[in-house]
Amino acid sequence: MPLASARDLREVSLTEAEYRRIVELLEREPNDLELGIFGALWSEHCGYKTSKRLLAALPSGGRAVLQGPGENAGAVDIGNGLAAVFKIESHNHPSAIEPYQGAATGVGGILRDVFTMGARPIAILDSLRFGPLGIPHNRYLFQGVVAGIGGYGNCFGCPTVGGEISFDEGYSDNPIVNAMCVGIVPHGRLRRARAEQAGDIVLLVGAATGRDGIHGATFASVEMDSTSAARRPAVQVGNPFLEKLLCEACLQLNELDDVVAIQDLGAAGLTSAASELAHRGGRGVEIDVAVVSRRERGMSAYEVMLSESQERMLVVVRPDGEARARAIFDAFELHADRIGTITPQQRLRVREGRALRADLPLRALIDAVPLRTPAAMAPVRRAVEVALPLDDPEDALLAMLRRPNLRSRRPVYRTYDHQVQNNTVLGPGGDAALLRVAGTSSGLALTTDGNPWYTSLDPYAGTQAAVAEAARNIVCTGARPLAVTNCLNFGNPERPQVFWQLRESVRGLADACRAFGLPVVSGNVSLYNETSGRNIPPTPVIGMIGLLEDLDRRCPSGFQEDGDVICLLGETREELAGSEYARLQGAPLQGLPPRVDLDAERRLQGALLEVIHEGSVRSAHDLAEGGLLVGLAEAALFGRHGVRCPALTGQVSAAALAFGESQGRVLVSAPPRRVPDVQKVMAAAGVPVHALGVVGGDELQVGPAVRIRLDRLREAWECAWDTP
Amino acid sequence: MYQADVIVTLKPVVNDPQGSTIKSALHALGFTAVEDVRAGKLLRLTLDTDDRAEAAAMTESMARQLLANSVIEDFKISLVALEAPARSRRA
Amino acid sequence: MKTGIVVFPGTWSDRDCAYALHDVLGEPVRYVGHRERDLGDLDLVILPGGFSYGDYLRCGAIARFTPVMEAVARFAQDGGLVLGICNGFQVLQEARLLPGALLRNASCEFRCEWVSLRVEQTWSAFTQGMRPGQVLSLPISHGEGNFYADPATLEVLQTNDRIVFRYATPQGQVAPQANPNGSTAGIAGICNARGNVLGLMPHPERACEALLGGSDGLVLFRAAVMALQAAAV
Repeated sequence: MPLASARDLREVSLTEAEYRRIVELLEREPNDLELGIFGALWSEHCGYKTSKRLLAALPSGGRAVLQGPGENAGAVDIGNGLAAVFKIESHNHPSAIEPYQGAATGVGGILRDVFTMGARPIAILDSLRFGPLGIPHNRYLFQGVVAGIGGYGNCFGCPTVGGEISFDEGYSDNPIVNAMCVGIVPHGRLRRARAEQAGDIVLLVGAATGRDGIHGATFASVEMDSTSAARRPAVQVGNPFLEKLLCEACLQLNELDDVVAIQDLGAAGLTSAASELAHRGGRGVEIDVAVVSRRERGMSAYEVMLSESQERMLVVVRPDGEARARAIFDAFELHADRIGTITPQQRLRVREGRALRADLPLRALIDAVPLRTPAAMAPVRRAVEVALPLDDPEDALLAMLRRPNLRSRRPVYRTYDHQVQNNTVLGPGGDAALLRVAGTSSGLALTTDGNPWYTSLDPYAGTQAAVAEAARNIVCTGARPLAVTNCLNFGNPERPQVFWQLRESVRGLADACRAFGLPVVSGNVSLYNETSGRNIPPTPVIGMIGLLEDLDRRCPSGFQEDGDVICLLGETREELAGSEYARLQGAPLQGLPPRVDLDAERRLQGALLEVIHEGSVRSAHDLAEGGLLVGLAEAALFGRHGVRCPALTGQVSAAALAFGESQGRVLVSAPPRRVPDVQKVMAAAGVPVHALGVVGGDELQVGPAVRIRLDRLREAWECAWDTP
Repeated sequence: MYQADVIVTLKPVVNDPQGSTIKSALHALGFTAVEDVRAGKLLRLTLDTDDRAEAAAMTESMARQLLANSVIEDFKISLVALEAPARSRRA
Repeated sequence: MKTGIVVFPGTWSDRDCAYALHDVLGEPVRYVGHRERDLGDLDLVILPGGFSYGDYLRCGAIARFTPVMEAVARFAQDGGLVLGICNGFQVLQEARLLPGALLRNASCEFRCEWVSLRVEQTWSAFTQGMRPGQVLSLPISHGEGNFYADPATLEVLQTNDRIVFRYATPQGQVAPQANPNGSTAGIAGICNARGNVLGLMPHPERACEALLGGSDGLVLFRAAVMALQAAAV
């Protein structure tokens, strides 16, 4: 029966059952253009067909929430009548094909999500994963992605203030590139992309439309194979200069009451943008593709509707406001086409001149996305004890600091402008970035976190650990965690083990966010990260923002003053599974990841905020990958102060003491007279405190076994990226 | 119609770190015969004129004013006559 | 002192410059659009950092043809103070208001970090009140800041004392390891023969508060204020 051949369906990534459903909904066969439109909107990327049911479990409400999921980005109240608008998004597939442009346009896309909400972008963070740099292709991907992020963000003029990078075999050929953007807007100017009034005019603004990334949305929803490289035209080229003009124009448009909606053109281009903004407002939209300015000759309606050319946005204006909007575009030398109108019927109608090319009910396109719940299967796991030797702690520490996963990220972040806009109080390299909220005395703390080894061992606990660590990073600066965005990067969900990972990870995210009282206000899902049958490790990335009402109460992560007492807060257990030390030792990835005790975390973080705000501690540094010795070395290097500690003691093995990665631990330093205050607050919260030693000297000294001058420590930590 | 290719390169006396980096990369790949690499850029202009002399003069003037910076760059121009394009494909 | 801050399409440190001069120093400022031709109300014109016209073709190459640059040239001719920061320095060179050119960094990479600058002369409008040899700590943020001039031009700059800042160690030693971009003779900033036009790669407007890591940038802006006051007397 189907008019569409199997080949056509593959082209638009629809199954035969989905095709039959379309025929049922339309009560007729779709034409080619209509089939392409369905393929794009019913893709995983736009339609979230595999993840939608799972995501419904995430908490998204709360007092501070001004905008939850479903718009271009989420928004929360940050006091002083201002809102922080933020979101994280993946650009994994394009980056695997063309790393520079893939990463650059990833940054471009997330910036547009934020400024189309009316907010000025104030920060970018990037969470990156690559295969080992010893493999030339991984090095090519790494260098290209880093250059692309810098190339776009630096030119645009938004500081790149943080993020993370890790390396693992599991990401060879399939890098993870997640970009997060944060913007600020007064509450009253927060703009939603919904067109609620028939007769309003739809303008397409920005770049001319070319044959870029046709089927990019579906491309992001299928696995990659050796033919992916041949599909290069699916990669778009970014123009950060044009984006900067679009942003400034957008912020000016946002001051006009005649402008009713602004929508970024992202995945599935015009099709998705027009459908979504009409559908959100309960209206329809009619577009004439003939008036769309093109970069190439001979483009079909199909190509215009599905092009993913960058740096474009839709602006909906009241009929009598068009001239005012155009005056703004003219001032920025931006091109705008009047491509259509909002209609009362909830339909997407595409014309080409006088010919009607597509006429589809929006409900069928958006609400009727056929959801899937694939089979899930838990892997067989055994609680293996991971016991590791520690022969020479000094050598081991230097080797750990040289590990690509732990070494200084300065060679990367110094290629990013992290200062423009004059608000960067704590830049990249520490626990969380801290930015002044311009015109106020408050600050925003920003971080991204995720540990693929913990999530590989246990996606539920590993995702909880990521939320807990992100919150700990925020708290270490003195800020209170406020809200979460997330990017779920997984393999092919049609494989039962992968779907199980996704399900467990979302469950962990939901439970941890509930425990911390944190709403998830935006997010993105990237599935089918599978290359030649190999799936990436489960990679949920948590983006978090926190608020510090008084910047004077901020807390650095490095040691500040000689004579200060160094205390370890939290409990150290025999936990080496999934640790960087286990990888250094060549141990297989097995066992259970460090335990996450959400209640203990909450108590620790509450107590830590208290001692920071009352000024009892002078520094706070989260202990994460690398454990205690690495944390001590980092705090010494950040603050340019040495450390004198007696030998570490505890109920666990020497390796676990030095390099174990027990969660819920923070390293603080306090003047001797304030130590009792710290102890008191921690005792009341039931948080163990161990005085480790004192700040001072120009070496890191831990018992008789470790004595390393800071310059030698720095040399190891700041080794070049190509050091094996 | 003429197509004018303007090739802009750094002057020989000006250090070209991009070129030297590319040279090292080529050496690392085994192309040891590479003596020198100079990076530059190609600007391809399509000119609406059928007069070769006019096309040459126009391009020369554009290169001097904008396309190359005489403090650090040299340029070379090459011209090719183009077939007039089929006016409109949309019948 | 009234300052005009020129905004080309793609400029981004316009707001940072306004913040430094207006919010921190309390000086009146206004933005100057790239199509403006009248700078009559101004004492100081800043060409700020950014990527004017995307830095496509060459940094500053397209911006120099905007109407405002004709006005800036006249303004400089009439003795007005002109400060080109980063991309603004590149624009001044393209416009031939300052000599030399800025090439791609020797590392071939963009660099954003704090650097130390040694003050090489104190007669220009932007260095009055500084001590020769004084070290300033300012951030850089550029991919093409590698100063180049042919030997004859260098000689002129040298003999006329027009090299204003050089990259140095925090102790004030001009040394290769303190040179972030490969600049000839460690040059970070130069001025014209009259000393009323300065171009430099580092960003003084980013160094105006301890909260953000340092306030040495104020030294430069205050020098300009002093120079104008002295001229007004």
